[in-house]
Amino acid sequence: MAYRHVVGPRTHAFADLATLMAKATPVRSGDRLAGIAAGSAEENAAARWCLAEVPLAEILARPLIPYEADDVTRLILDTHDAAAFAEISHLTVGDFREFLLTAAPETLARIAPGITPEIAAAVSKIMRNQDLISVARKCRVVTRFRNTIGLPGTLAVRLQPNHPTDDAQGITAAILDGLAYGCGDAVIGINPASDSVQAIGDLLQLLDAVIQRHAIPTQACVLTHVTTTLAAMERGLPVDLVFQSIAGTEKANASFGVTLSMLKEAHAAASALKRGTIGDNCMYFETGQGSALSADAHHGIDQQTLEARAYAVARPFRPLLVNTVVGFIGPEYLYDGKEIIRAGLEDHFCGKLMGVPLGVDVCYTNHAEADQDDMDTLLTLLGAAGCTYIMGVPGADDVMLNYQSTSFHDSLYLREVLGLRRAPEFEAWLHGLGLTDGAGALIQGAETPLLSSAPGLAA
Amino acid sequence: MTDGVGDNRAIWARLAGLTPARIGLGRAGSGLPTRAVLRFGLDHAQARDAVHAPLEAAALAGRIADLGFPTLTVASQAPDRATYLRRPDLGRRLAAEDRVALQGEADGADLAVVVADGLSARAVHENAAPVLAAFGTHAGKAGWTLAPVVIARQARVALGDDIGQALGVRAVAVLIGERPGLSSPDSLGIYLTVGPRPGRSDAERNCISNVRSAGLAPDLAAFKLAWLLARALSLGLTGVTLKDESDRALAARGPARPLPDADGTSD
Repeated sequence: MAYRHVVGPRTHAFADLATLMAKATPVRSGDRLAGIAAGSAEENAAARWCLAEVPLAEILARPLIPYEADDVTRLILDTHDAAAFAEISHLTVGDFREFLLTAAPETLARIAPGITPEIAAAVSKIMRNQDLISVARKCRVVTRFRNTIGLPGTLAVRLQPNHPTDDAQGITAAILDGLAYGCGDAVIGINPASDSVQAIGDLLQLLDAVIQRHAIPTQACVLTHVTTTLAAMERGLPVDLVFQSIAGTEKANASFGVTLSMLKEAHAAASALKRGTIGDNCMYFETGQGSALSADAHHGIDQQTLEARAYAVARPFRPLLVNTVVGFIGPEYLYDGKEIIRAGLEDHFCGKLMGVPLGVDVCYTNHAEADQDDMDTLLTLLGAAGCTYIMGVPGADDVMLNYQSTSFHDSLYLREVLGLRRAPEFEAWLHGLGLTDGAGALIQGAETPLLSSAPGLAA
Repeated sequence: MTDGVGDNRAIWARLAGLTPARIGLGRAGSGLPTRAVLRFGLDHAQARDAVHAPLEAAALAGRIADLGFPTLTVASQAPDRATYLRRPDLGRRLAAEDRVALQGEADGADLAVVVADGLSARAVHENAAPVLAAFGTHAGKAGWTLAPVVIARQARVALGDDIGQALGVRAVAVLIGERPGLSSPDSLGIYLTVGPRPGRSDAERNCISNVRSAGLAPDLAAFKLAWLLARALSLGLTGVTLKDESDRALAARGPARPLPDADGTSD
């Protein structure tokens, strides 16, 4: 079915819903690369007018990828909560934007299971950055494993102590550095250089030992392929969280070597270990706009909508953490600071609206037109939006993955200017150790207990 | 010694020597000390410059020829750096005339090695020849037949699929400049793909990353490549189902791999 919008003497026609949504998306390099971006600023604006008039029920009724052709579409429709949707089923996309701006947090939590990724993406396309921030801020998604993540007024940090050769001492040194800055409540998560089960096992044991030695109320993860983590669990290695990169189409997931049944198997195996002390959210997913196009698996759908579909892949597994790695993929998908900032806010909004605990890896690569100032801007906006967690990378420089993310210092900055606290169990642990005062502020030079308890390393 | 409770500064200095990561920076309020901010800015400037430096193909071909490998030089369909950065699809396809030239060289060899600029020509200039030198020894022992080494400009990883198919080889190994990191503008990646042909997905490749003097040493990378290739050719596949267990073979072969340079990038 075609969509039309008339602007003065010109009629803008859009062949189908996928085309309309692509043309309505704030322009970015990835959609241009795919040949589906709006051809002019007016076409972009006309598509938004047109999209605003589309009923949500119509979006639900017209899957962008056919049910028979894609297991992500099947997952979205088979798990759709019609009762939750009933409350918004009479609205158009334009009405829905106003509904969201007006809604109370309880309402947003109630409708979340009824919101498909296509609905979230559609409304985001007609929202300004401030809309994305103010609505996301009202969404509450709380998850638990060994601490409580996502409470209002909190921000968690993934401590990311990567090392280019997985050197145990180097990784431990970076972990201690991060802990000394009060980071690590979301997870202590290593991106390994190696994908051998042997090497992954060594890292899992290292993380488990650090957490046990200091009795840290947090969880560990080695971010390797789900099949490798399954193999590690079969060998009896200490796996807290199962990690996997995921995308919004079956074919894109296939390019990652992952299927929904693999994820189910891994989720069941990790759940059975019962390593969480206060909750059982044991999955960690990463996503990012452009991955489906990169795998030639985009079906003519814009990259922001496909990204929201990745959150639908994550949602049934009740993950502890999901983050978009927003600027990692490179300038062919998000060209510069402006595109990265917009995408980060969209991703965070769509994830939260769908009830997914979204954090953001606020980041860029050295071949993108972006720098630290752009990251400061996005970081601050996400703090205002109630982002679940950010990355903590020493000095913002990931020496293993070769990109720039946010630093331990950045988290301190955000806490200071926005008054954000850590996960309560983690904050209590820091205070008990004497690292922070009663308000959660770091005490200068107080990291000694942490250092003196690693004598083998520091000697 | 560092056992004094008040001597944290010395402990941090010692810890900082264990990793190239930027740890123990100290802070000014919630921010970085001035020196750390300026250092970061300079490193970012150098990494930006590395992205745009051109591949010195002729000099590289000379060094590889000196190792005893015949070479061919090709280009992708991306005509320049600006197009290359925005159009990865063009970087994955061979220029038409180069495909014809490679087809003329096709002789069904076991492996083609492609040396590609990727996002850091500097990584290729510094690390490709050492990897090839070490790998040549393994290839000789295994009795593998090698196509001429193909030097590729404005290339993405998947250009190797096009090159491998044109040469009619059983497998292709692409040595390519990785995206420059702030502390590693010189990092080489190696991607091994059995049965190369356009349309292969990244899940069908095995990757050895961070090959450079301060990361995975070139001779160890060559060992891993040979280990993976032997299994890939016997199994007839690469990718997520082929797990890299070469660490065990390495551990059995000799001493543990060395620590990275203790001085890292801290000063």
